[in-house]
Amino acid sequence: MLEIKNVYKTFNPGTINEKKALNGIDLSLENGDFVTVIGGNGAGKSTLLNMITGVYPVDKGSIIIDGKDVTRLPEHKRAKYLGRVFQDPMTGTAADMEIAENLAIAARRGKNRTLKIGVTRKEKENFKELLKRLDLGLEERLTSKVGLLSGGQRQALTLLMATLQNPKLLLLDEHTAALDPSTAAKVLNLTEELVLDGKITTIMITHNMKDAIRLGNRLIMMNDGKIIYDIKGEEKKSLKVSDLLELFSKASNGEFANDRMLLS
Amino acid sequence: MILEFFRSLPSPIAQGMIWGIMAIGVYITFRVLDLADLTVDGTLSTGGAVLVVLTIDGMNIYLALFIAFIAGCLAGLVTGILHTKFGIPAILSGILTQLALYSINLRIMSGRANTPISYRNYNLIVSSNTNLLLKTILITAAFIIAIIAILYWFFGTELGHSVRATGSNEAMARANGINTSSRKILGLVISNGIVALSGGLLAQFSGTADVNMGRGAIVIGLAAVIIGEVVFGKIFKNFALKLFSSVIGGVIYYIVIAIVLKLGLTANDLKLLSALVVAIFLGIPYWKNNLIGKMKKDDKTSTEKEVTVNARN
Repeated sequence: MLEIKNVYKTFNPGTINEKKALNGIDLSLENGDFVTVIGGNGAGKSTLLNMITGVYPVDKGSIIIDGKDVTRLPEHKRAKYLGRVFQDPMTGTAADMEIAENLAIAARRGKNRTLKIGVTRKEKENFKELLKRLDLGLEERLTSKVGLLSGGQRQALTLLMATLQNPKLLLLDEHTAALDPSTAAKVLNLTEELVLDGKITTIMITHNMKDAIRLGNRLIMMNDGKIIYDIKGEEKKSLKVSDLLELFSKASNGEFANDRMLLS
Repeated sequence: MILEFFRSLPSPIAQGMIWGIMAIGVYITFRVLDLADLTVDGTLSTGGAVLVVLTIDGMNIYLALFIAFIAGCLAGLVTGILHTKFGIPAILSGILTQLALYSINLRIMSGRANTPISYRNYNLIVSSNTNLLLKTILITAAFIIAIIAILYWFFGTELGHSVRATGSNEAMARANGINTSSRKILGLVISNGIVALSGGLLAQFSGTADVNMGRGAIVIGLAAVIIGEVVFGKIFKNFALKLFSSVIGGVIYYIVIAIVLKLGLTANDLKLLSALVVAIFLGIPYWKNNLIGKMKKDDKTSTEKEVTVNARN
C-alpha cells in the first residue's frame, strides 16, 4: 500500500541551522496495516508524514502509494489517496464554513470541483447519519460554522472527513495531543473504530507509549531521522512501556526518555 | 438647510451604490480569500478607461461594460500569477499590478490622463445629472442584485466552496485536494472584474474616466465593507446579506462624506478622513480582543477554568 524507499530530507542545507530530518528511511506498509510511530522531539516523525503528503519535496528517494509513484506530485494531487488529521485541531477544518460544507469538501477530495451545488440534499442526510456515530450532537448542527465547535469536536469532525472516502492511507500526526485527557480518549476510541471498520491502512504518530502499544499491529520507533525499531505482530502484543524505554535509551543514550513520554 | 440636504441625498446614495459594487469585489478578496488586494486602485481606473474609450468608439454600452469587466479580470489574473507563481506576497503583487496598470490605463486612453464623456452625446446608463439620478439608482440596484445573486450561487457550488476553504484554511484546503494557488487566482479574477465593472459605472456617473480615479479605492472599499459589518454584522449572517451590507456600507460612507462636506471640510480632506475611518474600524476588533484577554486573565481563579478554555481552543 505504501512503499517508502531510501528517503532523505535535510532542512537548511549548508547553513548553521542544517538539520538532517530524514536519514535514509525505508518503510513498506501492507494493506490494512495500522502502524504507530514513536520517537523523541526532532526524530523526524512529522517530517516523515510531511514527505508522504508532499508538504515538502524529498531530497532523495521515492514514495509509492498503492502502486503509484507520487514522489513528484504536488500536495493537492496526492490528497486523493490520503486522509489526514493534524495535531492542531484548528488545522483540519475550515472555521468559516458549515459542518456540512466541510464534510462536502472532504467528500470531493481528489475529484473535479464543478459548478454543481456544493452540498446536495442527499449528502446532508448521509452526513447526519455519519455524525450521529460521533455521539457529539453534531447531527443537529449541520449548518453551524465549524469555528463554533470545541477542539475535540473539531478533531472528531476532521477524523470523519479524513476517513469519509476510505483513503488509501490515513495519517494521524499526534492528533490527540492538544486535547484534554477525556476528549483525547474519546477521539482515540473513534479513531480505532473508524480505522478497523474501514480496514484503513494507517500511520499514527503519538507521544503516548501506552497508546502506541495498545493500538495497531505494528510499532515503529524513530531516532535521528531513522527507523531504529520496527516491531510487528505477536512481538508487539507482548510489548510493555518499560521495554520501549529500555530499547530507546540503548539507542539514544537516554535522551529519549524525557518527562513528556514518561508522564503519558 | 436640512431640507436642502435631503434633496441632495440621491446623489451620494447613487455614488455610494456604485462604490458598493466595488466593495463587493473587495469583500471577495478581503473577507472570503483573506487577502488584501491593492490591484483594485488600478483596476477601477482600467474599468473606467475601457468603458469610456469603447463607448466613444461607438460600442454598445452594455458590451463596453462587459469588456471593462473582462479587462478587470485580466488585471486580477496578473496579480494572482505574481502571487502564486512568482511567490510574491499578495500585497506587493497587487501594488506591482496597480503600478503597471497606470501605464496601461494611459495607453488605453491614448496618453491622456482624462477622457470626458457626457450623457448628452452618448447613451449612458448612469449619470450624476439630477434628472437622471432616479434611473441611475434603479439601474445600479439592478446590477447589485444581479451580482449578489450570481456570487451567492457561485459560492454555494463545489468550486465556490473550494475558494472559500482556501481563504478560510489553506492547510485544510490542500489536505482535501484543493489547488489553493488556482483558487486564489480565481478569487482575484472575479474580484477585479467586479471592481472594473464598478469603475465603468463610476466613469459614466462622474462624466469622465481619469487615470487617478482609483487612487485610494481600496480604502473606500474597505471602509464600505467594515461599516457594513459594524452596522449589520450582528443581524446579517447569510452570505448574500453580507455582500448587501457592504453595499449599504458604501452608501453610508458617501452620505457621511456629504455631511462632512456640508460641515465645511473640503474634498481635499476626504482621503485623510477615509484613512482615519478605516484605521479606527480595523482597530476596534483588535482592541476588543485585547480588552477581553485582559479581563480573562484577571478572573482566572481556578485551573479548572483554564482547562475548559484549552479544550475549547
